[in-house]
Amino acid sequence: MNITGSIKRRLALQLAAIAALLSLAFFLSVRAVAERAAEDTQDNILAASATSIADALYTETGQIRLELPYSALSMLGTISEDRVYYRVISDGADITGYGDLPMPKLENANLSPMRGDDVPHFETYDYRGEPVRSVVISRALSTGDHAAQVFVIVAQTRRGLAAISSQITGTAMVIGAVFFCVAVGLSLLAAQNALAPLQRLASSIERRGPNDLRPITAQTPVELVPLVDGLNSFMGRLRAALTRTEDLITEAAHRIRTPLATVRAQAEIIHGNMNRSDNRSDLRDMIRTVDASSRSAGQLLDHAMVTLRSDQLEPQEIDLKAMLSDTVAQLSPTAELKDIQIELALPGDAASEITGDPVLLQNAFRNILDNAIKYSAAETEIKISLTCGDEWEISFADQGRGFVAEDIGALKTRFARGSNVGDVIGSGLGLTIADDVARAHGGRLAIGRNSGGKGACVSLFLPLI
Amino acid sequence: MRFLLVEDNADLARALCQRFRNEGHVVDHASLLDEAEAAMATVSYDLILLDIMLPDGSGLDFLKRHRLEKKTTPVIVLTARSQVSDRVGTLDLGADDYITKPFDFSELEARCRAVLRRKGGAAVNTKSYGDLILDSAAGALLHQGHQTDLRNRELRLLEVFFGAPENIFSKNYLLDRLFSFSEDASENAIEVYVGRLRKKLEGSTVSIETVRGMGYRMVMR
Repeated sequence: MNITGSIKRRLALQLAAIAALLSLAFFLSVRAVAERAAEDTQDNILAASATSIADALYTETGQIRLELPYSALSMLGTISEDRVYYRVISDGADITGYGDLPMPKLENANLSPMRGDDVPHFETYDYRGEPVRSVVISRALSTGDHAAQVFVIVAQTRRGLAAISSQITGTAMVIGAVFFCVAVGLSLLAAQNALAPLQRLASSIERRGPNDLRPITAQTPVELVPLVDGLNSFMGRLRAALTRTEDLITEAAHRIRTPLATVRAQAEIIHGNMNRSDNRSDLRDMIRTVDASSRSAGQLLDHAMVTLRSDQLEPQEIDLKAMLSDTVAQLSPTAELKDIQIELALPGDAASEITGDPVLLQNAFRNILDNAIKYSAAETEIKISLTCGDEWEISFADQGRGFVAEDIGALKTRFARGSNVGDVIGSGLGLTIADDVARAHGGRLAIGRNSGGKGACVSLFLPLI
Repeated sequence: MRFLLVEDNADLARALCQRFRNEGHVVDHASLLDEAEAAMATVSYDLILLDIMLPDGSGLDFLKRHRLEKKTTPVIVLTARSQVSDRVGTLDLGADDYITKPFDFSELEARCRAVLRRKGGAAVNTKSYGDLILDSAAGALLHQGHQTDLRNRELRLLEVFFGAPENIFSKNYLLDRLFSFSEDASENAIEVYVGRLRKKLEGSTVSIETVRGMGYRMVMR
C-alpha cells in the first residue's frame, strides 16, 4: 500500500490556514477601523479647538486680536500628556503662537483664502523632532477697511494616539488569536465530522473476518459508493471463485474415486475366486495400484482444500481432548485390523480448548495417525499424548520402522517419501498437509525418533491461544 | 446380521453384496432412496450402508430424515467426496461412521464390526461348536465358563471357521479374509495364526486340522 497523508490532517490543515488568513484580515481591519476612529476623535477635538480659537478672534481699531480661550487648549489636554502648539496668522503675519509651526501650502489644502468658512484641513508631519497632527482652519474677518484672512493652526503630538493605537493593536491581536483558536478547533471538529462516515465504513470492514465475503451494507456516503461498489463486486467474484474451487475439488474427488471403487471391488471379487498364485499376485499389484492412485488423488485434493482453507481460516473453539478421542475412535477399526493398540494419554483435569479450524486440525490428526498405523507392524502400540507447556504438544509415537535420519529434513515437502517405505502405499502428502495445518494455526510439526524405543514420533505444536 | 446397502453403482453393489454374503450376512440392495425407504418399511436391519450421491436425492437427506424419525439403526456412509469438505459434516448429521471410496473390504468389515459393537448389545452375536462358544462382540472364546480373550485377527479367523465348521478353507481364502491388500502377507502368516489358535483351543473338543494341499478345517473330536 502506498499511504500518502491523511485526509483528516489535510482537511484540518487547510481549514486552519483559511482560519489564519481570516484572523489576520480580521486583526488588520479591526486595527484599521479602531485607529481610524481614534484619529477621527483627535481630529474632531483639534478642529473644535481651532474653531473655538477662531471664534475668539475679534477686531479692534482695524487690528485683529485674539483673547486665547483656555478651554480651547485644555480640551486637547484631556486626551493625554501630549504637547499642543498653535499659531494664528492674519494676512501672512503672525498674530500669536509658535511662529515656526509650518503653514500648509494653500494649493494643497482645500482651503480657499476667499472662502470664509471653517472647513478644517488636517496634516501629519514632524515638528520639533516628533510627529504631530495639525489642523488649519481659515476665517475671514472684517477689519473695517478690508477683509482679513486669518488662519488658525493647532497641532498636537501623537503620543496619546500611539498609546491608544498600541492598545488597540494588542486587543485586536488577542481577539484575532482567540478567533484563530476557535476556528482551528471548529475546523478539526468539522474534519472529524466530515470523515465520520468514512471511519464507520473502514471499521466495519476492519471488523469483519478475513473470510467474511458478504457484501458491505454499512451506511455509505454518496462519494464512497463507487469504492464500496467496487469492493462488493470484487468480494462477490472472490466468493464465487472460492465456492467454485471447493465444488471442483469435491466433484473431482467423487468423479475419480467412484470408478476406482468399482474397479477395486470387481478386482477383489476376481481375486477371491482365483487360485493360481502368480495371477493372484498380479491382481494384488493391480489393486494396490488402484489404491495408490485413489490415495494420491484424494490426498492431492485434500491438500488443495487445506491450502484453500488455510487462507481463510474459520476459527472456532475446539476441545483438543474431544477431537483426539474422536480421531482415535474413527481410526481404531483400521488399527484393530492389524491388532495395533492405540493408547491415548490426555491430561485429566486441564481444559484443552484452543481456537482453530476443526476440519483442518482433524485432518492433520487423521493424517498423522493414519501414517502411524500404516507404517506399524501388526500387534504393536501407538501412543498419543497431549501435553501443555508453553504450547500444546500432540505427539504420535509408534513402534514402526521409523524415519531414516537423512530423510527427515525433506519429508514435509510435497510428494517426498521416506527411502524405507517403498512397499507401503502412500502419496507423500500426509505430513505436508499436517505441516500446512500446523503453520496455518501458528504452530509447527516436528518429526523424529520415538524416544521410548524404536519407531517414529510425530509431534504437532500449537500455540496456547 | 441383516444389512441394507443403498448404492447406485451396480458393479460396486454386486461386489459388496457378494462379499457380505460370503461372510454369512444377509444383504438387501437398494439403488434408490425410494427403494431403501420401501425396504426399511418391511424389514428391520442391523446396519445400513449408505452412499451419498444417489440418482433420486442425497443420502445425507435420507440420513437426516432417518434420525429425525428417531430410528436407531446404525448407518455407515460410503462417500467418494473429499475428506476435508465432507467428513465432519457427515458425522454431524448422525452417521455412525463413514468410509471413503475406494475402500478395502476388510476395512469396511472392521468398521461394520466396530459400529455394531458400539451400537449393538441387542444383537447377541455368539456361535457355538463343540464345547466352545465364540462371542464376537466381546472378542472372546468361552470354554466351560472359562474365557479366553482373542486378538482381532484370531477372532476373525475363528469366525471364518465357526461360520462353516468342518468346511475346508484354503490358505488363500484365509489370507484374503485376514489381511488387507496394502499388507504383504505370505501363507506363512496364516500358519502363524493357525498355530496360535490351536494353542487357545487346547483342552477343548475342538481343533483345527491341516488338510494337506487344500487348507484347514475346524473339527470336533
